[in-house]
Amino acid sequence: MTILAKHAASKLVYDSLKEHGVDPVNVRFDSVLSPTEGMLHGRRTILLGTNNYLGLTFDPDCIERSVEATRSQGTGTTGSRIANGSYDGHLRLEEALANFYGCQHAMVFSTGYQANLGILSTLVGRGDHLMLDADSHASIYDGSRLGHAEVIRFRHNSPDDLYKRLRRLEGVPGDRLIVVEGIYSMLGDTAPLKEFAAVKRETGAYLLVDEAHSMGVLGATGRGLAEAAGVEDDVDFIVGTFSKSLGSVGGFCVSNNPDFDILRVVCRPYMFTASLPPGVIGSTLAALEKVRSEPQLRVNLMRNAHRLHDGLTALGFQTGPEANPVVAVAMPNTETAVLFWKLLLDKGLYLNIAIPPATPTNVSLLRSSVSAAHTTQQIDTALELFADVGRQLGFLTADRRRAGGVV
Amino acid sequence: MQSNHRLALVENKDADPQAQMREDIASVFEQVLGHPVQITDQTDIVEDLGMDSLGVMNFVMAIEDFYDISIPLDRIAQIQTVADLIHAVQDLRSGTPT
Repeated sequence: MTILAKHAASKLVYDSLKEHGVDPVNVRFDSVLSPTEGMLHGRRTILLGTNNYLGLTFDPDCIERSVEATRSQGTGTTGSRIANGSYDGHLRLEEALANFYGCQHAMVFSTGYQANLGILSTLVGRGDHLMLDADSHASIYDGSRLGHAEVIRFRHNSPDDLYKRLRRLEGVPGDRLIVVEGIYSMLGDTAPLKEFAAVKRETGAYLLVDEAHSMGVLGATGRGLAEAAGVEDDVDFIVGTFSKSLGSVGGFCVSNNPDFDILRVVCRPYMFTASLPPGVIGSTLAALEKVRSEPQLRVNLMRNAHRLHDGLTALGFQTGPEANPVVAVAMPNTETAVLFWKLLLDKGLYLNIAIPPATPTNVSLLRSSVSAAHTTQQIDTALELFADVGRQLGFLTADRRRAGGVV
Repeated sequence: MQSNHRLALVENKDADPQAQMREDIASVFEQVLGHPVQITDQTDIVEDLGMDSLGVMNFVMAIEDFYDISIPLDRIAQIQTVADLIHAVQDLRSGTPT
């Protein structure tokens, strides 16, 4: 028994996965060939679970800008912006983000996780209330624990439940901050943002939207769900990441709040960590320009998303409620999910497996994330492999209409 | 010894409203779990009732609806037994922030 014995329950689950001969959290690619293909155990494998929505990780312009920035400014900043100073690129990226969102202010963080840690722990404090959707990402929950506000959870995607909880706080002093996500990362469902915005207006709360999975994906110009829902004026803060549609790493927050810049001297996850290296800033700037200049990427992405979502549904699998680039398939139980995942991987398809408690409704999921860079052939191959494994495991009846055993 | 005795007396005096709450809480458990449960003050909500994290969340939300309160996350983390839950609900209903 060591100091880590307290994690025995998690170890049990993890060990049981490894007994099946699989270790979903330690997949080791020999090499990554493109946004959609990697080599795994010497086999060409389709990548269908890497959140590479616009497929920009191998974009020649993004790579060139990254290389150029690294050559001219070095591999890293070796410290925080407060201690070591900002590079020109940090400021240019913040300007570009503010400009992209039509906001006055932008702030860049070293990861999307830190953006949520920093913003959620700093916008609200003692005496305030943080209202979280129950299915919020871990970074949102962790951010809520880093600060001192009271945290109240409302039912997933339920503006009514949120309203009820804000009403209970009537007369209680302090600010309220509502936090929702553009696209939820596990099931791919979107927040009913128009209705949330109405609740926000009626109750005088602030509204923050995490567009991690929806930036570059939703909205006429790729600004995310707030743009798609036509409620950008009601959103006080947008948090996002560079590690999905923009193909690098880092996070950000944009806002029109006139006091925004005070965050730079009070937001600890911004102040006490090394800033992003020039190479990352370089490719991120290039990728943001691509989001603006190549709307066709979003068209391709949604075409692929619909093809996968509709194809899986037609095969008889139970998928999420909306055809978005995150496509989740419900599995009847964890064992089947693990086996299904392993068989797909053996046949050359990589995606994510999510098992409770990491899933919203205690259902085990196979989670795909579609890219604009997937070819139609790759999506069709994925569908064929799903059908093969589904039949092999007795999921799909002969006529491929109904999913036996799928909840 | 003597102070224990006094404590017991105080608890008896308050027994009525708490008995009512235990009954209400049991009915909410039944509604969430789909079968009746026997609970006492010492019942451990996770260990004794075999609830997983999702079950606990659904149960807490049902309790919140029943009493028209919101239990902040840090309070939920402190609740282990039915008695803890009763105290939390009483505090929140009386507006005591502790």
